[in-house]
Amino acid sequence: MDFTLPEDIAALRELVRKFAAERIRPQARQWDREQTLPDELVAELGELGLMGILTPEEYGGAGLSYLANAVVLEELARQDGGVALMVAAHNGLCLSHLNMNASVEQKKKYLPKLASGQWVGAWALSEPGCGSDAAALATRAEKDGAGWRLSGHKMFITNGARAQVFVVMARTDPQAGTKGISAFIVERGDQGFVIGAKEDKLGVRSSDTVPLDFDECYVGPERLVGQPGTGFVAALRVLERGRVGIGALAVGLARGCLEESLAYANQRQAFGKPIAAQQAIQWKLADMATEIETARLLVHDAALALDRGEEAALKASIAKLFASEMATRAGLQAIQIHGGYGYTKDMPVERYMRDAKLMEIGEGSSEVQRIVISRQLLAGANP
Amino acid sequence: MDFRLNDDQIALRDALRDFCDNEIAPKAASRDEEGRFEDGLIEKLGGMGLFGTYIPEEYGGVGQDCVTYAMTIEELSRACAATGILVSAHHSLAVDPILSFGTEDQKRKYLPKMASGEWIGCFSLTEPGSGSDAGAARCTAVETDDGWVVNGTKNFVTNGADAHVTVLFAVTDPDNPKRRLSAFIVERGTPGFTIGKLEKKLGIRASSTAELIFEDCRLPKDALLGERGKGLSIALATLDGGRIGVAAQAVGISRAALECAREYANTRIQFDRPIGQFQAIQWKLADMAVGIAGARLLTYRAAWLKQNKQPYGVEAAMAKLYASEVSNRVTDAAIQIYGGYGYCADYPAERLMRDARITELYEGTSEIQRLVIARKLTTEPQWVTRG
Repeated sequence: MDFTLPEDIAALRELVRKFAAERIRPQARQWDREQTLPDELVAELGELGLMGILTPEEYGGAGLSYLANAVVLEELARQDGGVALMVAAHNGLCLSHLNMNASVEQKKKYLPKLASGQWVGAWALSEPGCGSDAAALATRAEKDGAGWRLSGHKMFITNGARAQVFVVMARTDPQAGTKGISAFIVERGDQGFVIGAKEDKLGVRSSDTVPLDFDECYVGPERLVGQPGTGFVAALRVLERGRVGIGALAVGLARGCLEESLAYANQRQAFGKPIAAQQAIQWKLADMATEIETARLLVHDAALALDRGEEAALKASIAKLFASEMATRAGLQAIQIHGGYGYTKDMPVERYMRDAKLMEIGEGSSEVQRIVISRQLLAGANP
Repeated sequence: MDFRLNDDQIALRDALRDFCDNEIAPKAASRDEEGRFEDGLIEKLGGMGLFGTYIPEEYGGVGQDCVTYAMTIEELSRACAATGILVSAHHSLAVDPILSFGTEDQKRKYLPKMASGEWIGCFSLTEPGSGSDAGAARCTAVETDDGWVVNGTKNFVTNGADAHVTVLFAVTDPDNPKRRLSAFIVERGTPGFTIGKLEKKLGIRASSTAELIFEDCRLPKDALLGERGKGLSIALATLDGGRIGVAAQAVGISRAALECAREYANTRIQFDRPIGQFQAIQWKLADMAVGIAGARLLTYRAAWLKQNKQPYGVEAAMAKLYASEVSNRVTDAAIQIYGGYGYCADYPAERLMRDARITELYEGTSEIQRLVIARKLTTEPQWVTRG
């Protein structure tokens, strides 16, 4: 048993922490207001290797572990949840799907530019009519000669507005249920593929979220990822891993809440002393810190299991569920600690709260996580 | 980085779990009802080396590390919370301070018999007038030519009626606010030392919670444990470690609650299906599992830090705080899953809930844990981003 973070990951953490404080923090408020994320920042993240964290070195990635991924996402989210989400979806959804299922030719074609950040990747499963009930997806892939024509709509696709490459789940066989779903690579500019307008969201506003429309969009045989009919199972594996990253992101947001709240509580005077001297405030800080430590341990526990190649669905769902709900609590308490100032955009905590709320929804809502967890428990698994 | 028990620990855990399932769990209910440990239990535990887990082999113990110790308390507590605290208080609150602060003579005198369970240990700090405010203790130890004279009353002493040895905290320097208290080792049978009231409690009813009365109780010079005037710091350091045991106890109780609630959810049929098929029940089970997973990681991390001689006080406080509150939520949910049967003594849930309640109180209330944590955060905010 060893709770020491490996030295190389500790070094990476320092690097990203510094980068986030210097390059992200000063502009996060503006990016949130304007719903933007400069291309320059994406390029800088690429230079640091953060746009290919999990991608093997042979394809231009950093070839790092799920633990490293968790640490990076925590540090990015500490300053800006939207930046972290962009990175998480790129690495943990799009690249993850390709890393695990793409052919060598596909990997050679797509991974290097994605891993460097030259291209951003997106991953499209949800539709207007199905989120949690992903198995009911309706986007159709009709055979057309050697290829397929995609028709349908995707919804809530992170990175869609800037992505070059999209991994899209579509139904190749309407009679085969979940075994009738396949995954395809769709590229920006493909005929019949329309990227919709950005959603105007409560939080993670520097991350873009768009609908996608497919109007008989033709994709050739080289665009099928994995065997036909394996898309759904592949998607579930991607989500299981992705949710550990979202948990880490949530830990970062909560830590931002705690750090800001501690600084504020130690200097804000009321009744002749810093408010940090009052038990009501101390109690909030103690609970926030305890939940952050707990969430981080749960996230790292799941990441370590994934890195060992173990079955990790239960750990991943537990981590994501707890970390996300805890981050919303942290956001609300952080605003409370800041009082009236916490309600204004001068302080970052209202943004952290708005960012945190998404983590209870995306990559499997808390309801889906509770279904996954309880199903395992009732079948005899233990936490 | 690896959060798992090693192979030796897993083997030990499996053997211990077997022992607990067969020898400890079956009498948990009757122990609770009768309010005592049955004859032979302490010998049985002693025979398994469970009173010497933490004691080095050179003093007759098994010489295990803190993580293994925490695992032991967790497994025992899953079977019977009262048995868990019997062993935990003995180790964390009596063995540990003697190991950490005792002279070689004291260690040789006490540890071997404590290791075998022949002498059970306890810790007397709390008084009727001072619990959380431990520094305000009033029991006195006045120095004499050949030793000390102790006068005062201690209460809420876990293991008080089962123990031979107590680590006692008394005022030796009333006028020195920073060095008021000293620690002593006192043996049962010493003239002037009697056991008073035994508390009737909500839970962990088999565990004895006793009042200890000292009336002109004379102690030899070498009864002093550690340096004179260092009593409070010895007590607080000891409690830091004790928190790990209580956290482990809470995790064990929580696991027992989840296991029995799960079994009930899978078998109880209502509206033509097992109630486990209703989301209301699934949601409770899921939340129980989340709490247990987090509580356990916090507990083992604190234990690991302690055995690696790294600072662990705040981490231990977090583990105790979180695990105890989890155990209360989890056992409450278990009763709810059982419905009306959960309210009856025929089913284990109500006892688990009653047992869980103490974990938020002893060895530092949840309020004290929050004070410890908040003090660290507000005075050293960089702790949040420590390595």
